[in-house]
Amino acid sequence: MALHVEDLRVYYRTLAGDVKALDGVSFDVADGEIMGLAGESGCGKSTLGKSLIRLDGRMRYVGGHVLLDGEELPIWDDAAMNAFRFRRISIVPQYAMSALNPIRKIGRMIHELLRSRGVSSNGIQKEIDRRLELVGLDRSVLDLYPIELSGGMKQRVVIVISTLLDPSLLIADEITSALDVSTQKAVAQTLVEFRDRRFVKSMIVITHDIAVLYQVADTILVMYAGKLAEKAPADEIVANPRHPYTRLLVSSLPEVGVRYAEKQLVGIPGRPPSLLEPPSGCRFRDRCPLATARCTQEPPWVEQDGRGIACWEASAAPAAALPVAVESG
Amino acid sequence: MLRLDHVSKTYRVGSFGRGRLAAVRGVSFELQPGEVLSVIGESGSGKSTIGRMVLRLLRPTEGSITHDEVDIAQLHGHALKEYYRRVQGVFQDPFSSYNPIFKADRIFGMVHTEFFPRVSDDEWRERLDDALESVSLNRNDVLHKYPHQLSGGQLQRLLVARALLLEIRYLVADEIISMLDASTRIDVLNLLADLKERGLGILFITHDLSLGNYISDSTIILRHGCIVEMGATEKVFGDPRHPYTRDLLASVPLLHEKWSREDGAAANGGRPPEHAEVPKLVSVEDDHLVAAG
Repeated sequence: MALHVEDLRVYYRTLAGDVKALDGVSFDVADGEIMGLAGESGCGKSTLGKSLIRLDGRMRYVGGHVLLDGEELPIWDDAAMNAFRFRRISIVPQYAMSALNPIRKIGRMIHELLRSRGVSSNGIQKEIDRRLELVGLDRSVLDLYPIELSGGMKQRVVIVISTLLDPSLLIADEITSALDVSTQKAVAQTLVEFRDRRFVKSMIVITHDIAVLYQVADTILVMYAGKLAEKAPADEIVANPRHPYTRLLVSSLPEVGVRYAEKQLVGIPGRPPSLLEPPSGCRFRDRCPLATARCTQEPPWVEQDGRGIACWEASAAPAAALPVAVESG
Repeated sequence: MLRLDHVSKTYRVGSFGRGRLAAVRGVSFELQPGEVLSVIGESGSGKSTIGRMVLRLLRPTEGSITHDEVDIAQLHGHALKEYYRRVQGVFQDPFSSYNPIFKADRIFGMVHTEFFPRVSDDEWRERLDDALESVSLNRNDVLHKYPHQLSGGQLQRLLVARALLLEIRYLVADEIISMLDASTRIDVLNLLADLKERGLGILFITHDLSLGNYISDSTIILRHGCIVEMGATEKVFGDPRHPYTRDLLASVPLLHEKWSREDGAAANGGRPPEHAEVPKLVSVEDDHLVAAG
């Protein structure tokens, strides 16, 4: 098991109180697994990604454990985490410029980075060239400043840099969201390629775009309002979702070929609850067409047949009874 | 009818504006009331420049844009104000469309005093309620609030309601749903389709092929400022003829089909030289034009 997360809680400090962005999250990522992490903005998916590598100033570790290859990550201790960062666990942020130094040529930046981590850059130069070539970049990019590259090229450079030391876990946070469709495809396929070549053991790919996850991920974990809703193989999440939130979300996605004149899609009424003082019980309750009195109790996370779900009704009801958001036009 | 006739826009770039960047080149199309026309392109294709020229925020370098046979470049004073009563825009980031230190509904008061000073307060309130109802907003939820107290979807719908109060005929919608969440974006999209049924002409500018395909009657595929393919949406998407359109469609992530492993990434290399000729559009079937060469 590459990654084991148990009851992780991370809150944001604000003047109004703690925002419970990550409120008791448990899951595993297997060796070689690309896990997609999906959900709407504010559901805690980016908080989860960041807290596995570095808590920023506003984030507060409240509880829970994270094991990487069986070893506990001291995520509450910023200094102790340095031993893991880059070597064992790496992140690619949404905007590549958040990772690149604008006033250094890329080659020099890489060498400064390696030196700061005490890695000799002599042996690794060949590997850098080889991997750049693999993602379709010429080694001459090392002599360029980041501003001279396009968005997709920068993103691929950052993927190469962050995986140079073959980490166990790579976190990719919305890395394709700012890209055009053709570059998006190339960058997404780079992720799969790097896993297949074992440059990275496992990956968490965070995005709001379920269609992209369906293309690259083995499993998809859906979050809602700081909690887990459902985890299942990617095909199952798309073709046969069980949680009412996942069902409504997937059925509201327009796809090439779906036209308003023929089939009208509908959104999910209402808004996610405030995480300052989240309601007790199931957090999707107010927007859920299946909600019953039982949903005022917190639904347990039930795992069965390789998929997990947190819903009282969906784990009991047969699939046919579940809601679908599609009306024929 | 809104008509663009061989419209080009060249920006001056570089130090002292010595460089030239042809953002839009020789673009012609028409938009009728009650029609949704998608302008689809990747970043740098010139799609937003077209929208800004239609809204007269930019002047075309060449060609003309006419509204009911009148060249909009010639409009001044009262005539220009009448144009804005008919043609309005909504943009990508709803938060930057509002002044954060005023309440969001100030945009309605400004329309009232600017365009309809003779309408009484009571009647205005009725009109406002009608407009809010047609964008499915509840007045108690949205009025007397600051922009930060409202969601992105609510703010976008308020902007559409403002445009409706002006009794517009054409709406330029520039990436208006890119920043909204999946569960609410479809509602804004359906709202546009609803407005179209009521006779509004919509120029729907987007980089997202699935959104354009969902809502529009006709589609324009733009590349490096030139139209490469245009026509009825079902023809452009159902039977794409230009290799660029095909590449784009092959790159869209689908929910029922995985990408093929061979590299189909669109050849989106450098821009063509500025003096390169604008490719001619050839008709391949009724209501379906493709750039030659």
